[in-house]
Amino acid sequence: MPINCKKQTLPTIEKEQIDLLARLSNASGVSGDEAEVRKIIREEITPFADSVETDVMGNLIAQKNAKGKCALHVLIAAHMDEVGFMLVDKDSEGIYRFSLIGGIDERSLAGKQVLIGKDHLPGVIGACPVHLSTKEERECILKLESLRIDAGPGCTDLQLGSYAVFATRFQAFGPSLIGKALDNRLGVATLIELLKHCPEHIHLTAAFTVQEEIGARGAAAVAYNHKPDLAFILDSTPAMDQPSYDNAENTQYRTRLGFGPAIYAMDSNTLYDHRMVEFLKTTATENGIPYQIRQPGGGGTDAGAVHLSQDGIPTATISVPGRYAHTAVMIARKSDWENTLRLLTASLDSVSQDIFKNER
Amino acid sequence: MKELLKKLTETAAPSGHEANIRNLIRKEIEPYVDEISVDVMGNLIARKGKKQKDGHRILIAAHMDEIGLMASHISEKGFVYVASIGGVNPLTCVGSRVVFLNGTVGVISLETEKIDKVPTINQLFIDVGATSADDCPVNVGDVCVFDRPFIDMRKRMVAKAMDDRVGCLLAIETLKQIKESPNELVFVFTTQEEIGARGATTSAYGVDPEIGIALDVTLSADTPHCTPVNPVLGEGPCIKVRDSSLIAHPAVIEAMKKAAASRKIKVQMEVLRFAGTDAGAIHTVRSGVPSGCLSIACRYVHSPSEMIDTSDVENAIVMLKVLLENPIAL
Repeated sequence: MPINCKKQTLPTIEKEQIDLLARLSNASGVSGDEAEVRKIIREEITPFADSVETDVMGNLIAQKNAKGKCALHVLIAAHMDEVGFMLVDKDSEGIYRFSLIGGIDERSLAGKQVLIGKDHLPGVIGACPVHLSTKEERECILKLESLRIDAGPGCTDLQLGSYAVFATRFQAFGPSLIGKALDNRLGVATLIELLKHCPEHIHLTAAFTVQEEIGARGAAAVAYNHKPDLAFILDSTPAMDQPSYDNAENTQYRTRLGFGPAIYAMDSNTLYDHRMVEFLKTTATENGIPYQIRQPGGGGTDAGAVHLSQDGIPTATISVPGRYAHTAVMIARKSDWENTLRLLTASLDSVSQDIFKNER
Repeated sequence: MKELLKKLTETAAPSGHEANIRNLIRKEIEPYVDEISVDVMGNLIARKGKKQKDGHRILIAAHMDEIGLMASHISEKGFVYVASIGGVNPLTCVGSRVVFLNGTVGVISLETEKIDKVPTINQLFIDVGATSADDCPVNVGDVCVFDRPFIDMRKRMVAKAMDDRVGCLLAIETLKQIKESPNELVFVFTTQEEIGARGATTSAYGVDPEIGIALDVTLSADTPHCTPVNPVLGEGPCIKVRDSSLIAHPAVIEAMKKAAASRKIKVQMEVLRFAGTDAGAIHTVRSGVPSGCLSIACRYVHSPSEMIDTSDVENAIVMLKVLLENPIAL
């Protein structure tokens, strides 16, 4: 009996998946306030999982049991949270000071619309009209201290501590996916698909984690509590692949749109287990799936917490590349997302202890 | 001893890719240990002896990895751009040679001829003799280390990766010489110290020690116009009091002092205002581990030519043997 018979077809991204991504992208879920996103995911996955629970940190964890004993225990984690804002003080009628949650460049904020709290109340990060600003003012960077969220006259009873997100609404256009929080709702949407079609030879823990953007705090608890044999982290990573202004060769692009899923070799928090990297590269090649090695360097994912949990967990990260991460809008490619889903599907089909037959 | 240190320092093993040095060390110590294993993070864990009355389970950590570079882009003309693995100083890179784990040798140079300030790592590239991306024998993600031979200068010794192959040497020599001990000794040759003591973090969790001792180099302050810190070359092994990752446990400091005094070995007390060692990770694992660090003063740390004093190493081996052969009163 053939054991590792390959699936003949790998999944594709259809309207159904894009519609789900749209709902996920449009939902509000700043670090520490992931309930709205979690609710969408829970409804989506409950029919397909053997158990679904929310842990102390707020991570949503679904288990899919293997058929047969001694199965490999695989953790796949995708963080639910996004970067955003918190109201911290009231200046006057409807005008609020705010702080940043997660890494946001304050230069990208003036003039952006936001949605505040559970009811998605509209607000604006106000900017001075060009008519009234001086030349000197226009040459200065607007610092966070001088920015406010204007929720409009009459909106004076917003609770301090309320969260806010960019108001960008999702669009799929041509080959592109455009929206806020695609870091990491793309990973979330991928993990939902994987859970729905999980092969029977592995035990899968699918973790939709919280608070990644402020230090992989949810993932640390998941890894400690569930102690898998190995882990895949699904995330989104910046692409800086635009041409250089002087037409010189761009040597610092990090990742490039259209080149397929980005496999990590090294980031600030993890030097990836080369056995995992080789497994992913081999799986991609065997299945004709394009991939790219993300340029080693800064940044980090849930892997930073997961791989150091207890006495160590072999961990890989695979990201969908996107331009303008952590601003009001990201642009990603549908093809990169689809190839990410295909790479993970093929990897789950063939994953086994054989990856570790050589020492790291 | 010098013969072994030459082999250790000339082995290429940057953080995350320690197989070469691990295989060398395993061959050296295998006949002398009760049990040997490699964990998920690649740490080499060697156990020797059983815990007796007054004894403790002691984790002795020396890191196997060294700083290096990882290829981040192969240019159209075949030049290799890089990211650093650990604290690599671009100043000491320019003009240096490196060797990739696949044997490819390269020369590090700089994007611009106008050198008016310290370059960033992104401006460096490695010339491996390729003429285009197609005939470049290096791929993105491949790793390399400095390519320099070990030199015995008699009183001093110089090599790349003295940090921390000299720590490995101390552990190996001590392990070979120890006959009797009330302690259960767990020698861990750790991985990924240079990028945040990551191997020590997981192996300390796995070993669950009662005392932790790291063996590492520390910065010396005996060169012209250098930052004044206390240790100098040739004045004896250093007992760490603190660095930015650790305040050493007083009982471990006392035990080290006692061990040195019993053999009339002169020691230096080390207070390092920055940097850390594996002891930083070990002492906060699980419910906490009393920890300390025995250091060797070293010049030009993280450059391709790290220099230490021969007598410091000899004395550290004697001192460490005494320390581990006796009970440590906590």
